[in-house]
Amino acid sequence: MKVTAKDVEHVAKLARLGLTEDEKKRFTEQLSRILGYAETINKLDTKNVSPTSYAIPMKNVFRVDKVVPCEDLKEIIANAPKEDNNMFSVPRIME
Amino acid sequence: MELFELTAHELHAKLDRKETSAEEIVRSVLGRISRVENSVSAFMTVNIDEAITKAKEIDEYIASGKKITPLTGIPIAIKDNMCTRGILTTASSKILRNYIPPYNATVVEKILQAGAIPIGKTNLDEFAMGSSTENSAYKVTKNPWNLGTVPGGSSGGSAACIAADEAILAFGSDTGGSIRQPASFCGVVGLKPTYGRVSRYGLIAFASSLDQIGPLTKDVTDAAIFLTSMAGHDPKDSTSVELPVPDYRRSLIDDVKNLKIGVIKELLGEGIGSSIKKSILEAAELLKKLGAKVEEVSMPTLKYGVATYYLLATAEASSNLERYDGVKYGHRSDEANDLLSMYYNTRREGFGPEVKRRIMLGTYALSAGYYDAYYLKAQKVRTLIKNDFDKAFSKFDCLISPTAPSIAFKIGEKTDDPLSMYLSDIATIPVNLAGIPAISIPCGFVNDLPVGLQIIGKAFSEEMLFRVAYTYEQNTEWHKRKPKLT
Repeated sequence: MKVTAKDVEHVAKLARLGLTEDEKKRFTEQLSRILGYAETINKLDTKNVSPTSYAIPMKNVFRVDKVVPCEDLKEIIANAPKEDNNMFSVPRIME
Repeated sequence: MELFELTAHELHAKLDRKETSAEEIVRSVLGRISRVENSVSAFMTVNIDEAITKAKEIDEYIASGKKITPLTGIPIAIKDNMCTRGILTTASSKILRNYIPPYNATVVEKILQAGAIPIGKTNLDEFAMGSSTENSAYKVTKNPWNLGTVPGGSSGGSAACIAADEAILAFGSDTGGSIRQPASFCGVVGLKPTYGRVSRYGLIAFASSLDQIGPLTKDVTDAAIFLTSMAGHDPKDSTSVELPVPDYRRSLIDDVKNLKIGVIKELLGEGIGSSIKKSILEAAELLKKLGAKVEEVSMPTLKYGVATYYLLATAEASSNLERYDGVKYGHRSDEANDLLSMYYNTRREGFGPEVKRRIMLGTYALSAGYYDAYYLKAQKVRTLIKNDFDKAFSKFDCLISPTAPSIAFKIGEKTDDPLSMYLSDIATIPVNLAGIPAISIPCGFVNDLPVGLQIIGKAFSEEMLFRVAYTYEQNTEWHKRKPKLT
């Protein structure tokens, strides 16, 4: 797979990931190489194979709907980059 | 012998006989850290005061005549991607440079309940993405056997601190080999348990269908003791399995007579160093001499493991790392004029090159038009790899291979070539894809650097792994060697 500079910009936008010009250039080359290697799996016939998400059998788990105390609010808010009145503060999202 | 050189089971015996105290043990280990940490750089944080205070509490507890557990008073290092309440937890990333978790990971809670003493947080490749610990945003950990070489990764700090006697036990996490490969490079024991055996609650997620916490220790006995204390179902991790936890010490049996052991042909071929191959074949020969039935087994899909892994693990990572957006914790860019610029700039400044590369790869593999060709295809190949293991285990009790294709490489040797770095996990990755357990134990030296033997078992067969590993260890001397650090 040949990854173009445009692909890199598109994917970075999907991931909300800011990249420097230098990173864009390097990733264009490296992603092509790594995906080229990843494509070796195309040699395997998987026509009648079902996909595996978890290797160990999983089942949905329900828990009792009971109120339990959560972590300490002060300790949680202490980690906020910006805090206002015990709430997380972010740039305005609506005019 | 100094206290810091001993294993957990040896220290436990001394504590039990009242020949030493938790405070003496902690001070011995802290003294060792102060002498060698400058050369090794295994730790992100060392909890000096908290460890001494805790040791004094433990000594009072012991003096009151209460029963002690195998972990009581034992200093334990914790990889810095596991949450520790009130103690800085960075995942060796700038984006978490100031994160103080408001809760403990379940495994941390368990060792605290058992009376163990957290001695510090260890360095790793940022978010556990890497095979050399060079991707840490903070420091480069050195291999105690040769300070010019890497300790492996991503649990490089945990493996190095055990090899350097800077902790008695250490937690690692393993997504594609991150416990076993550094264990191999540093000449210590490292076990990746079956997926679901140990709770992942409080482990900073990388690839949730592959991540598993496990022990890094000085010998097999300690690994059995440590796993016994960390394993078990946890209501806070719905992927942890509701199976009883055996006392793994009971599986420390020096006998492999009539066990059927398969030597994986594909992991002794192309890409594996000839001196590594020789060490593994010698180990196989010894197991045969001890009565095991050793035969070669072919597993043709294993060579697709790395390609499969770098599609699946990066896809899961790209999703897991969406949470680092500058809102609730960690770094937020000063250039956050609106919501979008906050996301872009926070993530640009906060993530290192390897993490960005993997977010890009994973997002690409999941994006419209490529999902079927990459992600879904890789999930199907995952099934084929798992089938190959199932087939092998219908014939064998366990399988052996090298843990890594080489001995520890030089610092800086592979940093410019991500693909060559990825290939250093060629022997460990298939095990994570299949969800099964594997242990790495020392099995020789090449150029004075350790070689690791990987023993792989079927799901929930950790007892078989301990038995084979213990038998090998009891009949060899490799694990007794120590690096010369001054």
